Amino acid sequence: MNEIIILSGKGGTGKTSLSAAFATLGKPVTVADCDVDAANLYLILQPENYFEKRFITGYKAVIDYDTCSACGLCIDYCRFEAIAYQNKKVILSEISCDGCKLCSRICPCQSIRMVASDKSRWYAGIYRNGFMVHARLAPGEENSGKLVNVVREHARKMAHEKGIETIIIDGPPGIGCPVISSVTGASKAIIVTEPSNSGFHDLKRILELTSNFKVRSYVVINKSDLNEDITEQITGWCAEMKIPVIGKIPFDKQFVGAMLQCKSIVEWAPGSEASKEIMKIWNSVNDLNQ
Amino acid sequence: MKIAIASGKGGTGKTFVSTNLFEVAQKTGIPVTLVDCDAEEPNVTEFIDGDVFYSRTITQKVPVINTEQCVFCGKCSDYCSYNAIVFVPGNRFIKVVEDLCHDCGACLVACRYGAITEERKLLGMVKSMYIGPHAEIIEARAEVGVYSPVPVIKKAIKEANSRYLTFFDSPPGISCPFIATVSQADFVVLVTEPTPFGLNDLKLSAETLREISIPFGVVVNRAGLGNREVYDWLDKNGIPLLAEIPFDREIARIYSQGRLLAEEDENYRRQFEELLRTIKKLAT
Repeated sequence: MNEIIILSGKGGTGKTSLSAAFATLGKPVTVADCDVDAANLYLILQPENYFEKRFITGYKAVIDYDTCSACGLCIDYCRFEAIAYQNKKVILSEISCDGCKLCSRICPCQSIRMVASDKSRWYAGIYRNGFMVHARLAPGEENSGKLVNVVREHARKMAHEKGIETIIIDGPPGIGCPVISSVTGASKAIIVTEPSNSGFHDLKRILELTSNFKVRSYVVINKSDLNEDITEQITGWCAEMKIPVIGKIPFDKQFVGAMLQCKSIVEWAPGSEASKEIMKIWNSVNDLNQ
Repeated sequence: MKIAIASGKGGTGKTFVSTNLFEVAQKTGIPVTLVDCDAEEPNVTEFIDGDVFYSRTITQKVPVINTEQCVFCGKCSDYCSYNAIVFVPGNRFIKVVEDLCHDCGACLVACRYGAITEERKLLGMVKSMYIGPHAEIIEARAEVGVYSPVPVIKKAIKEANSRYLTFFDSPPGISCPFIATVSQADFVVLVTEPTPFGLNDLKLSAETLREISIPFGVVVNRAGLGNREVYDWLDKNGIPLLAEIPFDREIARIYSQGRLLAEEDENYRRQFEELLRTIKKLAT
């Protein structure tokens, strides 16, 4: 199985637009949207979901004041500064609670119970070129890494059952827990960057991460004509580091035009320079398999 | 007064807005701090740099199990809510997965045999930089490969001088790093772009902020791209539109080189000053 992950470090460089283009070029493919925090790919692929499942992100402590003696032992034990005295009453901050359950275990009055946070969902569906797994993390909830694992595992299972060779993973921004969960065990990573100092800085950090996880990485410079000098710098640096740059996509307002029509750029403007470059990139990504 | 600049979607212009707000506040003589809370990919110093006058490493505690004293009862593994202690009863196998540990201390309480101690693990750095007599930058920077940047973000926020006007350049998304940042703010500026992706993520961030009861307004960046749906939505929900920044290749170019728009363009400087006044009015 060939699992291709699209990453960037910096947000807004065009991960989802590129993933959407790949998802509508390859056939049949399985797509996993692992940006569970701010999932957007479904807006373009418009999958018809055939199931929706509940995901428990964690637990929050709740105090039963009928039995609480306000001894404050939980305050001493909590390392997240989630519990404090307020007018001689023990108050728990839901925002700070990490769900470790320690307070509920040590409470001498057994006044603390743990309530599951179960508002997050994940979905599987069919779209025009194959299958799609995506998710929605409920606002403010934790453990997006675990939810990413669920999405990826199901995408693999689906691909296996349907005999699909390629999985396209739209990754989250950053380099933290959801990114680590998305990248672990992927066959190759396409890193989308942009020619800005910030884009370049973030590119170096994400490449350090993919190299730690031994995932072969390829760079795509999006909006490459917005600053030719920095595009040059990035290309030069990648050559030095022996990281292949497999495409430079010019800035094109039609990316937004396509988005407004719920289409990928290759569906909306197949003749555009950007689309031609993306098709070239997709072909080279597939050639890399052989 | 603490103002977070945030957005669900990445790359909408959080750092662009926060660095320019910092710049106009500083030039107007307002004592100001900008905390770069995007510890996974901190970018503020690409725009504003100064001498580091204070720097500290941020660590967390992780358990160490002494297998000589361990009786392999597995209670620590039961107590761990993060699957950070792998225990195979039959094989007398027990191992700590440091990356999954949240530093809650439950395993320590669980162990009755004194087999667990703790050691420090490096998570990142917090650096304070001198920019002017009453202006500083605090950067939270997580080590590559660290699962959660939250402890680093929290420390950086704590370092800020509470008498200064403080901006937090927030991490993207709506999960823990975002919450750790915006929950400390008096007011949040959500930066979006007028596209379907921008609107979708704006709705998620707005929902999250409503849930934790923090007031917010919206800056539309790259105005002119996309459509009017964002504006209709703001209107319908009674959310204040704080400012609009047009889509302009020249702005993108200035940004890409790590320069500040407010420093280069008198007209935009006045617009950022106006935005700062609007925010201060709404935040009090």
